Amino acid sequence: MASMNMIQAINSALDVTMGRDPDIVVFGEDVGYFGGVFRCTAGLQKKYGKTRVFDTPIAEGGIVGTAIGMGAYGLRPVIEIQFADYIYPAFDQLVSEAARLRYRSGGGFHAPLTVRAPCGGGIFGGQTHSQSPEAIFTHVCGLKTVMPSTPYDAKGLLIAAIEDDDPVIFLEPKRIYNGPFDGHHERPLTPWAKHPAGEVPEDYYRIELGQASIVRPGAQLTVLAYGTMVHVCLAAAEEAGVDAEVIDLRSLVPLDLDTIARSVQKTGRCVIAHEASRTGGFGAELMAQVQEACFWHLEAPIERVTGWDTPYPHAFEWTYFPGPARVAKAMKNVVEA
Amino acid sequence: MTSSAHEPGAALRLHVPEPKARPGEVPDFSGMSVPPAGTLARPPIDADEPALREYPYALIRVLDDAQRAVGPWAPALTPERLRAGLRHMMLTRAFDDRMLRVQRQGKTSFYMKSTGEEAVAVAQAYALDDGDMLFPSYRQQGLLIARDWPLVDLMCQIFSNPGDRLKGRQLPVMYSVPEKNFFSISGNLGTQFPQAVGWAMASAIKGDTRIAASWVGDGTTAEGDVHYALTFAAVYQAPVLLNVVNNQWAISSFQGFAGGERTTFAARAIGYGVPGLRVDGNDFLAVYAVTQWAAERARRNYGPTLIELVTYRAAAHSTSDDPSAYRPQDEAARWPLGDPVERLKQHLIGLGAWSEAQHEALARELEEHVKAQLREAEALGTLGTPPAGVESLFEDVFKDMPPHLQRQLAELKGA
Repeated sequence: MASMNMIQAINSALDVTMGRDPDIVVFGEDVGYFGGVFRCTAGLQKKYGKTRVFDTPIAEGGIVGTAIGMGAYGLRPVIEIQFADYIYPAFDQLVSEAARLRYRSGGGFHAPLTVRAPCGGGIFGGQTHSQSPEAIFTHVCGLKTVMPSTPYDAKGLLIAAIEDDDPVIFLEPKRIYNGPFDGHHERPLTPWAKHPAGEVPEDYYRIELGQASIVRPGAQLTVLAYGTMVHVCLAAAEEAGVDAEVIDLRSLVPLDLDTIARSVQKTGRCVIAHEASRTGGFGAELMAQVQEACFWHLEAPIERVTGWDTPYPHAFEWTYFPGPARVAKAMKNVVEA
Repeated sequence: MTSSAHEPGAALRLHVPEPKARPGEVPDFSGMSVPPAGTLARPPIDADEPALREYPYALIRVLDDAQRAVGPWAPALTPERLRAGLRHMMLTRAFDDRMLRVQRQGKTSFYMKSTGEEAVAVAQAYALDDGDMLFPSYRQQGLLIARDWPLVDLMCQIFSNPGDRLKGRQLPVMYSVPEKNFFSISGNLGTQFPQAVGWAMASAIKGDTRIAASWVGDGTTAEGDVHYALTFAAVYQAPVLLNVVNNQWAISSFQGFAGGERTTFAARAIGYGVPGLRVDGNDFLAVYAVTQWAAERARRNYGPTLIELVTYRAAAHSTSDDPSAYRPQDEAARWPLGDPVERLKQHLIGLGAWSEAQHEALARELEEHVKAQLREAEALGTLGTPPAGVESLFEDVFKDMPPHLQRQLAELKGA
């Protein structure tokens, strides 16, 4: 075991899988010599060479399109989109091509690519460096969508994503790259070194896609969250004094409905939190599925805590961000309803 | 590479570009051709593209090694106008230097300098009319400065303070100034290029006389939007100037990763049947002359021009970047095309229209001006001072606030 932040854990996942599988190639803007603007690919080019880890032109559609072609050849590309906010030029290649290639070719071709993209706000990145576009991808049939909340999970999930034979959108909440940010931006960040999930095996392990994790068992209500919001919800539960069962979904598609339903059927109450804006957000899908699976067990309306339906602002970042106070309020509402 | 790589049945090899020098190595611009100034003809503005095929591979230069203006491209600019241009370039640099310090002091989140590229924005603004529409990238602050927009307004945007006309919504330097025909800057790359073409098409549809200009970096030429822009501009012969600022570096990626290893960015124009001009981007007079030529061509309904401005990004990409990790530290100092401020200064001194003493006095004056503007902006607050009431978070998502946003605003206020 080693102490790793999420960046190091991602780097370790790439390193371990590249060492095992010579067909894995890693590329994207600034990922080669420089090692990525967030340093996730640092040292990999030196170790594995320029034809397995390389910089690309600034053309996200080109990055995804060539990855699909390499996948058709038999390689297993792991590509980085520098910020999730920059993924849209690649949208057609992802939605119309990668997602449907297996289906439209009757299984004759597939796109075994992993698309890594830092997402989320909390770094004063404004509307072009803060978005959480997961719901845009969960709506697309044929794409898997994953978002880790700890270094340990990030490594295990990324290895599973890379080894998956279908395209996986792997969203990395950049605000928790260095520590489990709980939404209290006014306080110093606790580094991952002081968190149990910052202890990461140096060698190979997988966390299967589609398995949620109960990060805090509880009896009073179920909280569904992923990414940064897992830590915000844990803080909110303490502050609200609510015995919440906090479930880290980890993988949105495929979704671990069994774990969710078991919990909600036990607690009878549910709060859903995500950083992305509300309308059509993944919380809406979760609400629908919980309602379908648990209606007769529910004792209160389900509440959502989300970003507002506005672009991510610069100055009002913390007004936009669904911090612990808003989550705690929703928890109390649902428990007291 | 051994010759066996090229024999029948050879194993295929992937070429991955590599810059000539990395940190700790000696900067190497030996592969860059810097032709003498003044040797290229200035073609008529109605020349057909096939008659202009040498220009994308050449380099239009006016200032020679002694910084004298030579050759047919030398523009007729009065010493007074040149001094004004020098002043605007120096003001841009002083502004950038001060804003970097302000960011380092924690008064804002982010900043992007244009150091070394000031001639691009300032000389191009000078060659365009004030009514022409500008679709810039994030490194053409000199356009607004050349159009005499108050620095205090830019600073308020950088601070997201109550004086910020963008209401604290945008990352610093993503200005938007309709009064100066300066389009809202996006953080996404290249999106403005086809938009500029559309504006120019609209101007043509309406029989207007105004033209449009847009800027992208060498790295951004890889984005599809750049190719959409060139295609539409060519198809409709739009009155637009499409500028590629080749500053050699896209964050850590040298221009070879945008396709600059085997051809020029100006040469992209040829495939579209659009004239491509390649110009010494650190030569104020050459940049002005080339822009004026292309603007005149567009204004007379001879269509678009692609201009590659060859320059060097002397500073970091942004305050989030550290170039010492990927390029030699003294590369900027070895850049063969020199510094645009220094070259225009020497040119003016050579004309007998400027002196070292005047230059120093102007630098001090501009520094004081920037400081005074900064005091004014800081009096309104720095990052953290709310730019407006929280309701502004929900305004301008739509023209009229729909019910769901009204409900969310009420929820926020009740929280």
